Amino acid sequence: MSTVDEETQGEVLAGEEDTASASLTSPARLGAYVRRGGVLVPILTTLIAFIVGGFVVLLTGHDPFSTYKAIFEGTGLQWLFPWVSGNARSTAAFNLQQTLIATTPLILVGLAVAFAFRAGLFNIGGQGQYTVGGITAVWIGSSFAGMSPVLHITFAIVGAALAGAVWAGIAGLLKATLGVNEVISTIMLNWIAIWGGVWLFGLGGPLQNPHQPSVPTSSQVTASAKLPVFWGNAQLQGLHIGLFIALAAVLVFWVLLNRTRLGYEVRAVGLNPDAASYAGIGVAKNYFRAMAICGAFAGIAAAMDILGWKFSLFTNDVQASSVGFLGIAVALLGRNTAVGVVFAALLFGALETGTSDRFLDPSVFDPNLATNLTWMIQGLIVLLVSTDVIALKVLQSGRGIRLTFKRRAKREEAGA
Amino acid sequence: MSVGTIALTPARTGSPKTVGIAGLILAVVAWVITLPPFLVRSPVPSVILALLAMLAGSIAAVGGERRIGIGAFLLALLALGLAFGNTSSGVAHLKLVFTWSILVAAMLRYATPLLFAALGGIICERSGVINIGLEGMMLMGAYFGIYGADVLHSWALGCLVAVAAGGLLALAHAVFSIHLRANQVVSGTGINFLAVGITGYFFIAQYGSNGTPSGISQVPNVKLPLIQHVGFFGGAIGNTNLLTWIALLLVPVLSVFLFRTRWGLRLRAVGEKPRAADTVGLPVIPIRYVAVVTSGMLAALGGAYLSVAFVGSFNQDMTEGRGFIALAAVIFGKWRPAGALIATLLFGFGSALGDRLPTFSQSAATLFQALPYVLTLVAVAGVVGRSRAPASIGIPYVKE
Repeated sequence: MSTVDEETQGEVLAGEEDTASASLTSPARLGAYVRRGGVLVPILTTLIAFIVGGFVVLLTGHDPFSTYKAIFEGTGLQWLFPWVSGNARSTAAFNLQQTLIATTPLILVGLAVAFAFRAGLFNIGGQGQYTVGGITAVWIGSSFAGMSPVLHITFAIVGAALAGAVWAGIAGLLKATLGVNEVISTIMLNWIAIWGGVWLFGLGGPLQNPHQPSVPTSSQVTASAKLPVFWGNAQLQGLHIGLFIALAAVLVFWVLLNRTRLGYEVRAVGLNPDAASYAGIGVAKNYFRAMAICGAFAGIAAAMDILGWKFSLFTNDVQASSVGFLGIAVALLGRNTAVGVVFAALLFGALETGTSDRFLDPSVFDPNLATNLTWMIQGLIVLLVSTDVIALKVLQSGRGIRLTFKRRAKREEAGA
Repeated sequence: MSVGTIALTPARTGSPKTVGIAGLILAVVAWVITLPPFLVRSPVPSVILALLAMLAGSIAAVGGERRIGIGAFLLALLALGLAFGNTSSGVAHLKLVFTWSILVAAMLRYATPLLFAALGGIICERSGVINIGLEGMMLMGAYFGIYGADVLHSWALGCLVAVAAGGLLALAHAVFSIHLRANQVVSGTGINFLAVGITGYFFIAQYGSNGTPSGISQVPNVKLPLIQHVGFFGGAIGNTNLLTWIALLLVPVLSVFLFRTRWGLRLRAVGEKPRAADTVGLPVIPIRYVAVVTSGMLAALGGAYLSVAFVGSFNQDMTEGRGFIALAAVIFGKWRPAGALIATLLFGFGSALGDRLPTFSQSAATLFQALPYVLTLVAVAGVVGRSRAPASIGIPYVKE
């Protein structure tokens, strides 16, 4: 076969993909491209975002290299390097614990957005589902004192998951029965949840801490509902077992999606609702189920934060939290796959910790600037991930290379 | 409509629609009579009016006008509850909260930024591009407006800088969603993150922890000499910000543009059926570009109102979700300028009332903040008339 043939074949393939993509739902289309792009595209995306961020740092008169180095040291990831020892090592260990504490909920909200994506739905409501989950977790965790720890923790997590599922289920139900666009309904539900939380824990609110009538906060989670710490000092906010719960959820996500009938139906609906419906799969039912599962993931994310290290909810926290919104970035960068979500969550968790005023050396770079730098980098990543054209270009060149290699290998085989 | 249905429809005055609308009005009256200046102190008249409204709503619903009928019924129920609340609370409290001239003035203040952004959103979405990034574009306007006004010592130039910054961010959204055929919801989300980062970064880099200095040039209020001291009107609109008037003026302008001019028709055609628009020779892609950038400029003006006109300073993330309320207003107003005006005035009235409600109860005032979102959720669910988006919204256009 000549090279000309290969080229035309490549074009035909790309053409086919274009027409096929037009009939798909847009999240499914994005998801499909994004998955086929492999790991190359997300890594490139991240690199570009960091380089652009570096230019901004440079333009405002700072040294990008020392800035990024300081941020990296704030994340504690150098703990993984065997040559770091002594005092530096224990500091790194503490910082890494904080990074992983931040990673835990990000994994779960990432799953919440990713699962919806696979069903062809866009779950912008991670924040709202996270908020109602947190409200429920703090309510259960601060009530029912004297329960056995295992029971109390399980109760609080299940409660939070259910609350998130119900909240997302509203959007799923509206989509399934009335065809309401889930983007709009989940945005509205986010803000309803946030103001609901502010109302509940605000001064004079029904769930406000009765022992501190002048502070807009919830009651404290009792000792029996606190997640055990397995690395570091529990008094100094060591790493709680929530990380394992999040990793277990990743496994559940993968099995649910790839090894069960429900997952098969959800993916079929996500790829092409018309075809799925023609094959006898209930589209409306699956929209509802998928949203409820998303909400459960987001609710558990909040339970991890509440039972793991926050132990109470201030109205400020409810308003200022952006974990759920970051879930969108995590899912997209992680290409809506189980493993991808874990790495994307780790990246964003590390960025959050590394740029916080607790861990970034202010003599190198102002943490207030750094947190905003993080927002910029996250925005750039989401923006770059939003388009499949870039991914497609990389994909095509990648396939071209692969095909040539395969052909050459075959020719050589035949020759030998 | 067939001949049979016409014959079956009763006389126009008694048509279900008229009855339903009468029900809606009765429900509002049931509530209003318990407020200043009427201040009926017994719940009985309100109960009677509300019951009549429910009856009218039921008749309308049975007669085929389901949405208006159910709407009237629900509104009557709400009015009944509110009327009971009013008649059982003190006259002094009521007079304090419901000082109508102050309420209207506050309503206009709250509605202005929302209106600018919502009008921008309408232009953008009518052209077929979803704009989740309104929030970020407002934020750009808020920061760069005050920055421009500070550095250039002029509120007018500050507003220009704001418009340029918002337009620039919108251009990024346009490049991604039109040219690179991005998923527009994702790209809009990215735009929002980016705006938080950009404005926060430059704010800290420029002003540090001290914040913007005081005494920055602010957009002036328009003092109407004739009615400034005339009771209600004087208090309500006698001393209103210039940008508020501009926003209000933009509503009929945009309405006429969209529905009465050739270019308005072209814009809508591009959003409904881009292929058909392309076939008759319309430049689909340039029209979308212009629409998206214009929407960013308008949203930024809304943001600039917050910083340069309303508060006179900037703080991080100061738009606080107003871009999303504006988005809600676009949908609630069914993608029409007049609808968006009504929606933003309603949301603005809610905020104005929320400001004064702490007299009664702080927590009720907080809960009030969720009202715009609940109303929009109800609206998109189709209970009070379905809100339909432009047909080709969110679909990138690929020229054949």
